[in-house]
Amino acid sequence: MPPLIRLDEVCKSFGALKVIDRLSLALGEGEALGILGPNGAGKSTMFNLITGDLRPSAGRIHFAGRDITDLPAHRRCRLGVGRSYQIPHPFGGMSVFENLLVAAAFGTGRKEAACYGRCVEVLERTRLMPKANVAAGRLTLLERKRLELARALATGPKALLLDEIAGGLTESECQELIATIREIHADGVSIIWIEHVVHALLAVVGRLVVINFGREIAQGAPDAVMADPAVQEIYLGIEAA
Amino acid sequence: MAWTNIILQGALLGGLYALFAAGLSLMFGVMRLVNIAHGDLIVLAAYCALMVVQATGVHPLLSLVAVVPLMFALGYALQRGLLNFTLGHEILPPLLVTFGLSVIIQNALLEGFSADSRRLQAGALETASLRLGDQLAIGWLPAIVFLAAAVIIALLEVLLYRTPLGRAFRATSDDADTAQLYGVGIRHVFALATALALAVASVAGVLLAIRTNFDPSIGPARLLYAFEAVIIGGLGSLWGTLAGGVILGVAQSVGGALDPGWDILAGHLAFLLVLVIRPRGLFPKLVD
Repeated sequence: MPPLIRLDEVCKSFGALKVIDRLSLALGEGEALGILGPNGAGKSTMFNLITGDLRPSAGRIHFAGRDITDLPAHRRCRLGVGRSYQIPHPFGGMSVFENLLVAAAFGTGRKEAACYGRCVEVLERTRLMPKANVAAGRLTLLERKRLELARALATGPKALLLDEIAGGLTESECQELIATIREIHADGVSIIWIEHVVHALLAVVGRLVVINFGREIAQGAPDAVMADPAVQEIYLGIEAA
Repeated sequence: MAWTNIILQGALLGGLYALFAAGLSLMFGVMRLVNIAHGDLIVLAAYCALMVVQATGVHPLLSLVAVVPLMFALGYALQRGLLNFTLGHEILPPLLVTFGLSVIIQNALLEGFSADSRRLQAGALETASLRLGDQLAIGWLPAIVFLAAAVIIALLEVLLYRTPLGRAFRATSDDADTAQLYGVGIRHVFALATALALAVASVAGVLLAIRTNFDPSIGPARLLYAFEAVIIGGLGSLWGTLAGGVILGVAQSVGGALDPGWDILAGHLAFLLVLVIRPRGLFPKLVD
């Protein structure tokens, strides 16, 4: 079986700055993959390339065996690429439910009436039900992060890309979020999770990839990767700074 | 009684201004595109109706059956083929391109139809009126124009708040890049917004052409009234736009009653007054 997402020697430059440098990466069907790396390592840019926010300067991107490098973002979403932003981007003037409805209807290409059930299910799973009719612009940070997750889930993704979703949460909020993400993974959704909150990441993912300067530094089982001297150097470097 | 009449006629005229403004407001609301050619597209619709009427001899109101779909298709093609390429983080390209479009439409109409002033003949409807009292009557035509404005705005409200397409419009309005990530194809959505805007503009154009004379050069002034109605009402609020049109119409009507040369000036003064007192308009809805 081909991997769900495959990046082949992908490069992305902004002018002279190489943000992603011949990066190859594969996400297996049903896998939960964690991405670590210092700020500016190119992690979010990698997500932008996968979702279609950005086009790579070189290299190809495949999804479920299909080359999606030239597909626009909304088509990729319909194929099953779901993404939550690091900084929440809710549709502020619309209610939480409407936010999900847009994602569910347009993200799957189905009629709205066929999506109500899915939206309710997602609201319950992400514990946003009490806020269903509140304007998304009025939510707190935690609720906005939940909405990011909920909206991505509403599109019925095969692969879910989570961008620092645990950042800025309290310990108990973080535990709740971990439980939710584990449930989603148990339902068969493959996950790539970028996170600086390492313990949250380790509670969910089965494999880690460490990126720095747009290249893969290390990858493999979480314990082995965390014990890698090159990784420790990067991370100790960050900790000391 | 004379003043009641003046204010009533002005309010009905406001319906026409609201029709001018609704399409402009929709395009700005969905994609932050200020369409400088909006007034000329209204005039273009009037000429389309003129051609339909001349070719088939139908009543001008019936010409809408042909003109509305035509302008809808033109709007879709215009957005997909031209205006989508002007949208980005810069605000100047859409302004320049639609300004150019305005010049092109005016000159093409001048070339094709000459500078003669035209009118759509609506027969008895032009003078038919409804008596409300000894000295008060409203014309059927102004009443129809106002009703058309109210109905179209009500339909647009339903579309925006009760349908999937409306939700896509609002999501795109809030954050176009994010909307794409959730499956909304914004090029198509933008094109539908312009198509709808021009469909509404074509109703405005036909009603304008029955109400008054028109020639290829009157577009920019219609654009100005449309802008004023939108700003008075407050960005993002369609009912506000109707109210804005009514305020503008009443101000012009009252000004015109004081001195026949003051009608347009009075409208602009009312607009300035609202800008000074409530810079965000009377019923603003947009947060940003």
